[in-house]
Amino acid sequence: MSSPPVAPTGWSRWLVPPAALSVHLAIGQAYAWSVFKPPLESALHLDGTQSALPFQLAIVMLGLSAAFGGTLVERNGPRWAMTVALVCFSSGFLISALGAETEQYWLIVLGYGFVGGIGLGIGYISPVSTLIKWFPDRPGMATGIAIMGFGGGALIASPWSAQMLSSFGGDNDGIALAFLVHGLSYAVFMTLGVLLVRVPRPEDREKTASAPGAYEGVQVSARNAVRTPQFWCLWIVLCMNVTAGIGILEKAAPMITDFFADSSTPVSASAAAGFVALLSAANMAGRIGWSSTSDLIGRKNIYRVYLGVGALMYLLIAVLGDSSKPLFILCALVILSFYGGGFATVPAYLKDLFGTYEVGAIHGRLLTAWSLAGVLGPLIVNWIADHQKDAGKHGPALYTLSFGIMIGLLVIGFVANELVRPVHTRFHVPAPREAADVERQQSA
Amino acid sequence: MSNDSSPRDRRSLIVLAWLWVGAPFAYGVYELVQKASRLFHG
Repeated sequence: MSSPPVAPTGWSRWLVPPAALSVHLAIGQAYAWSVFKPPLESALHLDGTQSALPFQLAIVMLGLSAAFGGTLVERNGPRWAMTVALVCFSSGFLISALGAETEQYWLIVLGYGFVGGIGLGIGYISPVSTLIKWFPDRPGMATGIAIMGFGGGALIASPWSAQMLSSFGGDNDGIALAFLVHGLSYAVFMTLGVLLVRVPRPEDREKTASAPGAYEGVQVSARNAVRTPQFWCLWIVLCMNVTAGIGILEKAAPMITDFFADSSTPVSASAAAGFVALLSAANMAGRIGWSSTSDLIGRKNIYRVYLGVGALMYLLIAVLGDSSKPLFILCALVILSFYGGGFATVPAYLKDLFGTYEVGAIHGRLLTAWSLAGVLGPLIVNWIADHQKDAGKHGPALYTLSFGIMIGLLVIGFVANELVRPVHTRFHVPAPREAADVERQQSA
Repeated sequence: MSNDSSPRDRRSLIVLAWLWVGAPFAYGVYELVQKASRLFHG
């Protein structure tokens, strides 16, 4: 166990976001796993389901380690958490390199999926609490920067990994070497976060807490937070928002192709890939843009926009989408920006409701909503599209029912957001003076 | 918000830290823009 690294006098809070980014940009590589799939399939004779296994296990481990490791992260501080993330994430690649070299696929699943997945979960929540403590006046912007990094990680890794595989070769030796270089490079890159991260001194916190917009009143422990209706309302909000976003993201390329297949300007495979890239940009921009906006208009209002306007965008696509390509693209971009914004704004929403006391641990527990949405979103869209195809439908009709379901889910999320109220005082952690009074009364 | 007693030292560290994460991020964004432009030219 280690004590959190306290900032020395004169430490700038603007050193904390790059520390957070060095971790999030690294672990965001997870969403570029698909680059390794084709070479793994040909080198180790795997099918598509098998080659997806390391990624799927990594995402499951992300949710589990964030949920169960959150309290440890709060107790031991961000440097401990970033070190664990660095060791697990890099070791995952090194174990995978050994697996590829010896043609033992189970080692890749264990390394990248299990060990690396723990690194993803601990790394994802590692800077959240610290950023909120440094930026109590702008928590949305601060966590938006870090969580944007998670989206940005795949943008870096995707071309980088592809370039590496084309240089080293797609056989098992080439893949092993690529895994080795990834493991070592990410270890060096993440070291910056470990070295730079600091928790604010009490004096610094007092100064930032008195800044306009900062409010550090209510404090609720993670154990108490999961007993409140507010936590579960937010859980539903996140789950619904993520499911709706994944609904587009999962089938983006075939969706735009199907929508305009019968039009005078059908969409080529190359243009569809460009559409997917544009959605990634919207997802990333939404993380920093909408999350920062939430500092100005409030968390509840921004989620009203994500869920309410998001439902409207889905309705527009369903009703008018095939009549206008720009309208279809615009609506999809807005939905994806809300998807990213939903992820990035939720730590600040948690801070508003539960305070900074154990906000990282509470955030970790809330991320189980992401795990469910990650299964639910693709399942709805793929299952329905397959069934509609079997029923002889084609074009936009393949997705109309899915869009209807997404609108319904967003409405459920909207209602859950409306039900969020301030946390009842019985869940609050007593302030030091109140705790002393309680102690005195008990001993009297 | 920090009580910066040696702003020059911290400023160079801040620039270095942001470059460390900004350079690969810029590379990722550049590649993304290249790919996204295919939607309009593909």
